[in-house]
Amino acid sequence: MGANVDLIFKIAGIGILVAVAHMILKNSGKEDYGFAVTLTGIALVLIMVIQMLGTLFDQVKSVFKLF
Amino acid sequence: MDILQVSGIALTGAVLAVVLKYKKPPLAMLLSIFVGVTIFLLVLGKIGSIIDILRQISYRAEISSFYLGLLLKIIGIAYIADFIAQVCRDADQGAIAVKVELAAKVMVLMLAVPIVVAVLQALLRLIP
Repeated sequence: MGANVDLIFKIAGIGILVAVAHMILKNSGKEDYGFAVTLTGIALVLIMVIQMLGTLFDQVKSVFKLF
Repeated sequence: MDILQVSGIALTGAVLAVVLKYKKPPLAMLLSIFVGVTIFLLVLGKIGSIIDILRQISYRAEISSFYLGLLLKIIGIAYIADFIAQVCRDADQGAIAVKVELAAKVMVLMLAVPIVVAVLQALLRLIP
């Protein structure tokens, strides 16, 4: 329960950090690095979300006996 | 007081998603999926206990557990498909959402075929 809320804040933090990094890199004329940073952030969060989604599907499978 | 927990998570998630949407829409979408999954997981345990009670009642009413299992499977498919379709719709991908719903309908129909066959057989037995 607490871990999940922590993860929500973690994702929001990654998002804000990526946005700030993108802005700074853009202002210093390094557009490509900014894109790479964005992509990395999205990949990181995607991994977390997919793991969570896997847990959800497993739970639904066991509750509704979907095998 | 689990509903307070759920509302707290939902409100926090909504505010953070709106903040993220301003600069990084894809991350906002992932965050909203995450919040949805968290709330769903909180509720799922309670659904499980309700299903246990339903099983006991059906056992007492002597309803074949095969049909109840089928019904639960259909509900599970509907839950998952609806969740994913909503996520797709949130991300402005209505076409994908419609396809997910179509797939869910086909799968539910496939599961329901044995029941239809049983009904037809019962009807045939009535006709002399």
